[in-house]
Amino acid sequence: MEYVSPEGLRLDGRRPMEMRQIRAEIGSVSKADGSAIFEMGNTKVIAAVYGPREVQNRSQQISDRALVRCEYSMANFSTGDRMRKPKGDRRSTEISLVIRQTMEACILTHLMPRSQIDIYVQVLQADGGTRSACINAATLALADAGIPMRDLVTSCSAGYLNSTPLLDLNYVEDSAGGPDVTVGILPKLDKVTLLQMDSKLPIDILENVMQLATEGCKAIANYIREILLENTKQLEYRRGS
Amino acid sequence: MREIQLQLNQTQKLRLQKVLETLQSQSSIPNSDSSVTISDSISVNHEDGVLKGHGTTDHNGDVVATLCGIVERVNKLVYVRTLRSRYKPEDGDIVIRRVVEVAQKCWRLDINCSQNAYLMLSAMNMPDGVQRRRTAVDELNMRRIFEEGDVICAEVRRSQHDDIHLQARSQKYGKLNAGQLLTVAPYLVKRQKQHFHHLEKFDVDLILGCNGFVWVGEHVEARDVMVEDPVNLSDPQVLIPNENSVSLEEQDKNYTALETRNYICRAANAVRVLSTLGFTITLESIKEVIDLSISANLDIHDMFGCEFCVLVAEKEAERRSSSKRKR
Repeated sequence: MEYVSPEGLRLDGRRPMEMRQIRAEIGSVSKADGSAIFEMGNTKVIAAVYGPREVQNRSQQISDRALVRCEYSMANFSTGDRMRKPKGDRRSTEISLVIRQTMEACILTHLMPRSQIDIYVQVLQADGGTRSACINAATLALADAGIPMRDLVTSCSAGYLNSTPLLDLNYVEDSAGGPDVTVGILPKLDKVTLLQMDSKLPIDILENVMQLATEGCKAIANYIREILLENTKQLEYRRGS
Repeated sequence: MREIQLQLNQTQKLRLQKVLETLQSQSSIPNSDSSVTISDSISVNHEDGVLKGHGTTDHNGDVVATLCGIVERVNKLVYVRTLRSRYKPEDGDIVIRRVVEVAQKCWRLDINCSQNAYLMLSAMNMPDGVQRRRTAVDELNMRRIFEEGDVICAEVRRSQHDDIHLQARSQKYGKLNAGQLLTVAPYLVKRQKQHFHHLEKFDVDLILGCNGFVWVGEHVEARDVMVEDPVNLSDPQVLIPNENSVSLEEQDKNYTALETRNYICRAANAVRVLSTLGFTITLESIKEVIDLSISANLDIHDMFGCEFCVLVAEKEAERRSSSKRKR
């Protein structure tokens, strides 16, 4: 199948290096300590953060740092065909683990000993790149909850189809079976915290694809930063002196 | 951004927008670079000897924020004050919360911070007001004082890294009855000299807990039992009343007048309106909102209407600009 037309357009009309439209909203869950909605094109994810709070299961308590937990789930209505999935299936357990490890690496857990931070992410609409959308939403929610972090983690995916590197794959491109690289970076520290790939890719091309995904991450980081700054300013203005 | 979640019509939207703009222009933030997000570098003019406070870290010699908030500078100390975050206890804060657990010699309270707080049996006045050692009998009778689910007001005694201890060594602390407990964001409650307020006009008590809980309830006279002659009191263990046999007289005492209850609801709604708008919650602002609602002849349930919210916002902007002019 042809994923990039001779004119250099993708199936949804984007250029190969073009990202989908991103949109973020903070404070969508009123009872949570921090929450956010993150959209990448048709992918829509909601994240809620509770904590730092008292550890619920005493045996899991860590004496010198905070316990970070993460739960990823996909709403039944999120995909094209409505599927009833069991809650703890392999895919969601794996993604929960990935998100947890990524977020734990950037949260300054040693500042909140003997407490627990819960991150809940749910996919409301799935159109490829849910993993990266979830990480971005979780970052926003953690920042909203006022949890100290080393840096904002952002994530973006990239693929390689029809011998062209493509940024931010959607569902059709994702299910083509080609290589799909998900990268998560710390933009300020310029470090990679997450790198996952399906299928195979020659090493010299991987470098290009990864570079592309990193650029995407940086673009998302700029957007997230803007949103957070605007949010902080608004809150302060309304609060007054 | 966190928007005010109301369903406004077009004119109300415009009015609210105008209010927000005026608030923005009045704001005391001198310039835009005082608000930071995570991983923004904070510009430090005097290069050497900067003390990095909360919410900052070092990255290649730069001071970098680890939180979203406002940069505060006190002499050489630079720290980031967060807005939306959990409550951070400080010594002497007034907190309000429910008891989650009755443990050995202490009650555990979830005070909306990263850990549960302890209220030791020895750190509170006995209901009979006698100063003595707490015996094993007292320990067994702890549930007679506070049970799980009771709303308690107390003071933070010590907030070290590990444990948070509370105390309730005065008659004004203790169990709260006949009223409403409201939840607001902790950053909206400022630390002040006075957190216990009595609105004489309405006969309503108002307690602004630093941990983001506000109590609005019937006024209780804080009588000091200590003044009474302890000789008259019989053995303290006998004194504890049997809860099952509440006499008619006592029921009558517990009855709150309808008018007072209305005022409690009105004050509670005033706090709710202020918290949805994200304005600081102080005695003055609450009083103002109550007066505004009364002068506008609004029913209690109408106080959540969009029109009233916009009205409050306009009033607040006016108040802030006038107080600014006075200065």
